[in-house]
Amino acid sequence: MVQPLDVARIRKDFPILQRTVRDDRPLVYLDSAATSQKPIAVLDAERAFYETSNAGVHRGAHQLAEEATEAYESSRAAIAGFVGAAAEDLVFTKNATESLNLAAYAFSNATAKAAFAADSVDPRFVLRPGDSIVVTQMEHHANLVPWQELCAKTGATLRWIGLTDEGRLDLGGIDSLIDDTTRVVSVVHQSNILGTINPIAELMDRARAVGALGIVDACQSVPHMPVDVASLGADVVAWSGHKMLGPTGLGLLWGRPEVLASMPPFITGGSMIETVFMEHSTYAAPPKRFEAGTPMVAQAVGLAAAVAYLQDLGMDAVEAHEHELTGYALDQLEQLPGVRVIGPLDNVDRGSAVSFVVDGLHPHDVGQFLDDKGVAVRVGHHCAWPTCRRYSVPATTRLSTYVYNDRDDIDIAIEGIVAAQKFFGV
Amino acid sequence: MDLESLYQEIILDHYKHPRGRVLLEEPTAESHQVNPTCGDEVTVQVALDIDGHLMVGYEGQGCSISQASASVMSEMVTGVTPSDADTVRRAFVELMHSKGAVEPDEDILGDGVAFVGVAKYPARIKCALLPWMALQDAEAKAGIGIDQQKGSS
Repeated sequence: MVQPLDVARIRKDFPILQRTVRDDRPLVYLDSAATSQKPIAVLDAERAFYETSNAGVHRGAHQLAEEATEAYESSRAAIAGFVGAAAEDLVFTKNATESLNLAAYAFSNATAKAAFAADSVDPRFVLRPGDSIVVTQMEHHANLVPWQELCAKTGATLRWIGLTDEGRLDLGGIDSLIDDTTRVVSVVHQSNILGTINPIAELMDRARAVGALGIVDACQSVPHMPVDVASLGADVVAWSGHKMLGPTGLGLLWGRPEVLASMPPFITGGSMIETVFMEHSTYAAPPKRFEAGTPMVAQAVGLAAAVAYLQDLGMDAVEAHEHELTGYALDQLEQLPGVRVIGPLDNVDRGSAVSFVVDGLHPHDVGQFLDDKGVAVRVGHHCAWPTCRRYSVPATTRLSTYVYNDRDDIDIAIEGIVAAQKFFGV
Repeated sequence: MDLESLYQEIILDHYKHPRGRVLLEEPTAESHQVNPTCGDEVTVQVALDIDGHLMVGYEGQGCSISQASASVMSEMVTGVTPSDADTVRRAFVELMHSKGAVEPDEDILGDGVAFVGVAKYPARIKCALLPWMALQDAEAKAGIGIDQQKGSS
């Protein structure tokens, strides 16, 4: 059995949770799917780096440069280790959106180059009319719009796996959706709006069977459950640091080494080169090939501290804690008349993002009442507008928990929903 | 609590009983505006009647603030000259950007004065302004405006 999290102790590690909002109400933070709060250990690690070792990395012959490089690369190893990966297969980006664009641009850049020099690119990344790219109807815009753009540039066709009324992928027609024309299957591991955890292994198996590259958006899974990237069966996995207690400004991209090695660069310039002449350049091996310009060193150090914090709690314990809270939130919401959860009602293969609508009340107004009680939630379409359309709602209110939340937080949110219903007379 | 200054009775009344919420039979132009952060939507249509007065139709979906604002707007600018409508619109925009520091003029704004509390909630200002942005855009598309009125007078 995993040890339950000691939430009271954990909360003491998060300075922001000690503050009050709106007329001295204690902050109830239920918006961790947007961004998580940061423990003091992360803030201290960033500060210590700047106070003692700050310098440019991978250049300079002075002691600070050596220390900064060591801090940067050992952070990479720690973060890679957290997801069962090797350091050299982990690329630092600015955020998960950039990671997914890096993957999409590998295809459009290779396709553009192939028109002039077919031998210079890996044909797996060259797209043409007749090819298809498969996503799902529950993607965050970050895993939808880049593929739409790629299709517009290459003539490939975008397909998507639809959703059931219960908030799951409709896998009925999967063999005709992912077929011999399919070159990319890019799917979300855990939906940021519905909370659904998708059968990634099954989808990646199907992608591999038709020779397509498999890409996983793991933004909502890596922070909340144990994830071993290699065992997902994907070629590329993208996620971000700021949703897992780390600083903003750092995204992650893991790739199978053989796939990374054949991907053309995305952003070019300094640091990502091997040799440069006036006529042409050659590029560094991954991960540096994908890290042009001055990297996010202090943020990497901060994320390594976040990873250590999560490892200390134990990801099994984190997952169990959130599973219990999610079940509680679903039960409480189900008991409220006029409230409907958008997403799976059964707490199976389900993460802690719980979206709902209130009859007669727009989410903005619900969110305003929750804010008045000190409760921070997300309202809107959660960057998943097509998912909202699928369920015929303009927007939802979303509760999302993390290691520092408990049942009291859910109870206060429920009180806020009831207060809003009473005020508006619905 | 501050929420009562945000959700004044007048706003709730317009939200629950929207005025003039129909589309025109023959609009000269229309503008569809969305708030991409929350999905609020409003379509505003405009035309001029034979006396040169504004006719406004609208429909939309969204939060109480955006939809009440559309209702108040329809009430305030329907049947007035484009110039007078522009005066109301400018006063409303100024009120929204005032951070609550401007005393709204009921003679100009009518029920629009009830939105004074909205200006203290930065996330909601865009909701309140959405229909007014649609009005301005629809008028521009229709070639209705102060310049055109000056030219004809």
